[in-house]
Amino acid sequence: MNKLHWKLGLVLGLVILSVWLLYPTVEWYTKTADERGKLEAVQMRPKRMLNLGLDLRGGTHMLLELDVEKLDKKENLNDALARAIEILRNRIDQYGVGETPISRQGERWISVDLPGISNTEEAENLIGKTALLEFRLVDTSAEAEKALTKVADLAESPFGKDGALLPEIAKLMPRNTGLFRAAPEEEGARTKYYVLSSSVGITGAYLENARVSTDEQFGYPNISFTFNKEGGKIFERYTGDNVGKYLAIVLDGVVHSAPVIKSRIGGGSGEITGSFTMEVARNLAIILRAGALPAPVRIIEKRVVGPDLGEDSIKKGVTASLIGFLCVVVFMVTYYRAGGLVANIALGLNFVLLMAAMSYFSATLTLPGIAGMILSLAMAIDANVLILERMREELALSKPIPMLIPTAYEKAWTAILDSNVTTWIAAVFLFQFGSGPVKGFAVTLTIGLLAGMFTSVFVTRAIYEFWLTSNPKELSI
Amino acid sequence: MMNLVRKTNIDFIAKRYVFFAVSGLAIAAGIVSVGFKGANLGLDFTGGTLLQVKFETPVTIAEVRKTVKDAGIEAGIQTFTGRNAFGIKVKGRQENVNEIADKVLRGLKAGMPGNAFIEERRDYVGPVVGRDLSKKALFAIILSLFGIIIYVAFRFSNPVWGAAGVLALLHDVFVTFGAMSITNREVDLVVVAALLTIAGYSINDTIVIFDRMRENIKKFPKMRLGELVNVSLNETLSRTLITNATVLGVVAILFFFGGDVINNFAFAMLVGSICGTYSTIAIATPLVYQWEYKNK
Repeated sequence: MNKLHWKLGLVLGLVILSVWLLYPTVEWYTKTADERGKLEAVQMRPKRMLNLGLDLRGGTHMLLELDVEKLDKKENLNDALARAIEILRNRIDQYGVGETPISRQGERWISVDLPGISNTEEAENLIGKTALLEFRLVDTSAEAEKALTKVADLAESPFGKDGALLPEIAKLMPRNTGLFRAAPEEEGARTKYYVLSSSVGITGAYLENARVSTDEQFGYPNISFTFNKEGGKIFERYTGDNVGKYLAIVLDGVVHSAPVIKSRIGGGSGEITGSFTMEVARNLAIILRAGALPAPVRIIEKRVVGPDLGEDSIKKGVTASLIGFLCVVVFMVTYYRAGGLVANIALGLNFVLLMAAMSYFSATLTLPGIAGMILSLAMAIDANVLILERMREELALSKPIPMLIPTAYEKAWTAILDSNVTTWIAAVFLFQFGSGPVKGFAVTLTIGLLAGMFTSVFVTRAIYEFWLTSNPKELSI
Repeated sequence: MMNLVRKTNIDFIAKRYVFFAVSGLAIAAGIVSVGFKGANLGLDFTGGTLLQVKFETPVTIAEVRKTVKDAGIEAGIQTFTGRNAFGIKVKGRQENVNEIADKVLRGLKAGMPGNAFIEERRDYVGPVVGRDLSKKALFAIILSLFGIIIYVAFRFSNPVWGAAGVLALLHDVFVTFGAMSITNREVDLVVVAALLTIAGYSINDTIVIFDRMRENIKKFPKMRLGELVNVSLNETLSRTLITNATVLGVVAILFFFGGDVINNFAFAMLVGSICGTYSTIAIATPLVYQWEYKNK
């Protein structure tokens, strides 16, 4: 085994490794959309494979901001965000969407990608709800009645623009109570309000399960829930202490029902009734099961790409790229002959290595990512041209072939190194400080630059050295 | 051996003032266009709502504009050539995204009865997000430019070279940005990626020629700088043209056949790759000559 054998062996080994890494990706994307959907539903999607960004496959992207002011003072921001992400992931998993990248972005933002879902309202209901379930006692004192009468007299909402109670209502409210809106009973009906105690009897944090049940009398969908053991005890004690009072079931600040507590409720289960549609009830059950977010979230960015647009863009883009690639290959062979062929092998290998590395890192390919790939491929072409032009220059000096090749590589090397490093410097900063799309660009560019340097310098040289062992008299470039 | 570029002996340095004037004009045209029309910044930076719909039977942009206006929405309309699809962009409004979108859709349904359409895209970007994105991208770009200057200064033992390379890179980005404004094309994050690509490509092209100059300085220590620059440019001309023609060919194919989603991106790349080649020969190397020459 000499040095050349090692080089060729390394190249061959990398090719095999790349093909092995690429296999799941290729297999996945050659399946029909239906088959993929079925596999995604049962979480059988390969882990290490190349993902397509939402701009290429369609879906919904959302950026959420956690309302830090409403966060429990005891909880620190990092924990709260991690918990929120966990809960969102839970909700989405239960809803049954495939691969959904959820990640923290910046200080208090969460980015959620929902591939394939382009019905925004559905997505918003799933993601945007806090799902804070509370049980509070209804204040039925004379003072509360007075406040409610005043609210009923108002022409507008008792809450001002900033969400705070109007001052004329606030001064009527009994001590330690708050005004809550009731869920509308039917379309167009006047909104009802409740005066509830500020202290919360028990929250959804103790929930063990929640599911859709049907109302026996009218067949409406309801949500029945069960507390865990500890919650069941608290609930039993709480209801026992407050027999005869009204207990309001409040979900995200809206009263869904306020039944009277007839007796101590054991067993730790109950039901939320209201005029839900089946769809809403199902989603509510999911988010209740997944738990409440530590604080409300606000959607600050939302992008929906219809599946047709994504498909359309990828089809045309792929066709155009293939034509472009083919033109380069044909041109290189006609212009540089055998040298062009070697360069083409390097370019093809470059593409395979890049895709394999991206599959291994489970990277997501987006339009800006493709831009990074184009730049790295352009630079790989440049490196090949640099080497081939150097060879021609040396050939013009009528140097013998075994000497000519190393000289050409040595002379071209500084230019290739410097140009790649300069571009790589830019890529590093873009990765460090850029966000989302800019980062995608930097990642593909960095991997592409490394693959390009390797294939256009190391691989081509190994090929030429192998060729030199046959003692050639002529160099066809 | 096939040879497209014969041995040349062009005096590039003598023509440098012509180059500077041409570049000055191109940049000035861009500045005037941006000054008068403003850059057509996408939702990514301004914040707002974008709806993209595709109609079954052909409609004109004027019809869409009128219908949307009749629905009581102040919006910019964007067309996609040959697809009968329209982007309806409502800038700045943040509340009730779905309400705005539904209002537009209702207006379109009422204004164009009998013409079915599908909603292809619905974007909403809050103002904070836009500001954050632009701030971060700008920060990253400035830092990387400094990084490049330092690296080039170190590798070529001369800060002037790095500065000249970065200036050529900025030249390409500005000209491309101006061209986007002149042709009324929208600048969104994908175009920013294109601008970054152009910057990378431009500096790559410049470095290759700097490398030849560095080599020739060692080879011919006595040669006058003007001649040295010319010799280096002529020696690498073949490589410059072949590499760039190849890249330009690919980008042109993307521009003409790549579909409209990447059309703005491909346009920026097309302009940028032409600039990248030109600026190496016409800006970066003559600048080195100009500055070094004065120092001596």
